Amino acid sequence: MIDTRVTIAGVELKNPVMTASGTFGSGKEYSEFVDLSRLGAVVTKGVANVPWPGNPTPRVAEVYGGMLNAIGLQNPGVDVFARRDIPFLKKYDTKIVVNVCGRTAEDYIDVVERLGDEPVDLLEINISCPNVKEGGIAFGQDPKAVETITRQVKDHAKQPIIMKLSPNVTDITVMAKAAEAGGADAISLINTLTGMKIDIHKRTFALANKTGGMSGPAIKPIAVRMVYQAANAVKLPIIGMGGIAAAEDAIEFLLAGATAVSVGTANFFNPYATVEIVEGIENYMKKYGIADVKELIGAVR
Amino acid sequence: MSKIKMTAKVASQEMIGPDIYSLWIQAGEIAKQARAGQFVSVYTKDASKLLPRPISICEIDREAGALRLVYRIAGGGTKEFAGYRAGDTVTVLGPLGNGFPEISADRQAFLIGGGIGIPPMLELAKELNCEKTAVLGYRDAQLFLKEEFESYAKVVVATEDGSVGTKGNVLDAIREQGLIADMTQHLKLPAGEAVKQKSAAPVILACGPTPMLRALKAFAAEHRIECWLSLEERMACGVGACLACVCQTSQVDAHSNVHNKRICKDGPVFEAGEVEL
Repeated sequence: MIDTRVTIAGVELKNPVMTASGTFGSGKEYSEFVDLSRLGAVVTKGVANVPWPGNPTPRVAEVYGGMLNAIGLQNPGVDVFARRDIPFLKKYDTKIVVNVCGRTAEDYIDVVERLGDEPVDLLEINISCPNVKEGGIAFGQDPKAVETITRQVKDHAKQPIIMKLSPNVTDITVMAKAAEAGGADAISLINTLTGMKIDIHKRTFALANKTGGMSGPAIKPIAVRMVYQAANAVKLPIIGMGGIAAAEDAIEFLLAGATAVSVGTANFFNPYATVEIVEGIENYMKKYGIADVKELIGAVR
Repeated sequence: MSKIKMTAKVASQEMIGPDIYSLWIQAGEIAKQARAGQFVSVYTKDASKLLPRPISICEIDREAGALRLVYRIAGGGTKEFAGYRAGDTVTVLGPLGNGFPEISADRQAFLIGGGIGIPPMLELAKELNCEKTAVLGYRDAQLFLKEEFESYAKVVVATEDGSVGTKGNVLDAIREQGLIADMTQHLKLPAGEAVKQKSAAPVILACGPTPMLRALKAFAAEHRIECWLSLEERMACGVGACLACVCQTSQVDAHSNVHNKRICKDGPVFEAGEVEL
C-alpha cells in the first residue's frame, strides 16, 4: 500500500496534485472530464472583493511550447463565488484552496475576511499576476512589500495562507524569505513569466494587453530551478508549478523540494491531465518501491 | 450531452478554395450529438503547439458517424491539418458550444456567411426545413461550397472584387439583390397582424468576420429582424474555464457577474442584442 498523502500548513491532501489558479475555473467545467474527488485540492481562479471585468481580447496567444495569457483576473466577486462555487466544490471529497486577488491591501483583507467562515481549507494570495496594473505583481516584486502584505493578510485570515510568488524577480529566495518573515504558512511558485508576442503580418501585439504571462511546458526548467532554490532558502512547504503536463514533471518538482504541485496550462490541451498525473505518480512509486510520497520531497540536493 | 475527446480517423481531405480545406473525419460519438453551429477542438501532432484549434462543424453525417470540417490555413497548426490524408488520425474534442437555435418551419431564414464563416452555415442550411436564402460573401470568384448551398437554399453571392454577384459585402448583396423587401414584409403588416404572424417572421443567422457581424446587428436592429450571430475569438481551453474568449454583453451575465460571456461555452451563437461588437 502506498501513501500519497501530504500536508500543507496542517491541511492533509490525499495526494500532492492540485490545480493551478486560473486554469481550472472553480472546477465545474473540468468535472465533465475528471472526478474532482481524485485530486489533492482544487485551487480556484482568483477572486476579488468585487467583480472584475478583466482585459480586452485577444487574451491569449500560443508560443513555442507554451502560451501567453492576459485574462486580467476576470472574476465574479467573492459574494457570487461564495454563494455558487464553494457549495459546488463541497460536493467533492477534495480540499478547497481559494486564490485571492486585489488591487490594495484592503481588497485582499476584505476577501479573506469574507471567506473566514466559509468551508475553505487554504487561501492562496496572488501577489504575482503580471496582467493587472495595480495590485497583483506590484506587491510581488519588492521584498518589503511581500513581507508587509503577507503580514497584513495573515492578521486577518482564519485559514492558513499560501503566498503565490512571481518569477519575474532577480532572486526568488529573497521573495520566499520575505513571505516567510511576514508569517506565510506556505508559498507557491511560479506564477507566469512576463512575455510578449508580435504578429508580424498585422504588425501589432498578439495580445490586447501587449504583454502576458507565459506558461506551459517551455517554462518548466525555470520553475524547477526556482522551487529548488526556494526550498533551500525557507522552511515553508512549497507548492510547485510551471509547465507540469505529466507525472514525470510533477515528480521533478517534488524531488526539487515541493510538497505539492499544481497543474495549470496542461488542462487546456489535456482535460484529463490532473488525474493522469495522480495515477502516474502512484505508478512511479510502485515502480521504484516508494511507500510514502513524502520520501520524494526534496530528495535531490 | 457530454464532450468527448477522441482519436478520429481521417476519411478524406480536399482543397476546395485558396488555402481552404475540407476534411471529413470519422468521429461517431461526437457526430451523433453534434448540432449545426457547434465546433470541435482539433489538436496538432506537433507538441510545441499546445492549444487545440477551434474549428466549426460544416456538416454532420450522423448515419456514417462523420463530421466535415472546412477551415482556412491560418498558421502552422492548420497547415499541419491540411497535410492529413485518408487513414491518418486526428485528436478532436467536442461537440463544443451551443449551436444555432431551433427555427420553426413557417419562418423565413436568411443564412449569411462571410469568408471562412460560410462553412458552419451549410449544416444549418441542410437542417432547416423552412424557406431559406443563403447570402454568401467571398473574396473573389473562388466560390467554395456555393454549389452545395444551392441544394438546400436560394443562394445570393457577393464578392469583394465584384467578379461574381454583387461587388462588395453581404449587406451590399442584400440591398442590391432585393432581399430587403422579403426581410421587412413583417413590418408592413398592421400591428395586430404582425403579432399574429410573428412565427412567420424573418430570422437572420450569420457567421463571419466581426465587421460583417457588427453591420448585420445594426441592420437587424434597424429593421426589427431577429438575428443570431456566431462569434469567433482566440481560445485556450474551449470548455469555459480559462475566460480567454469572452465577448462583451449588453447585460451583466449570470455566470461571469460582469458584462462578459464566454464564446466557447455560452456561444459561439448569440442573439445579436445580447452582445456588443
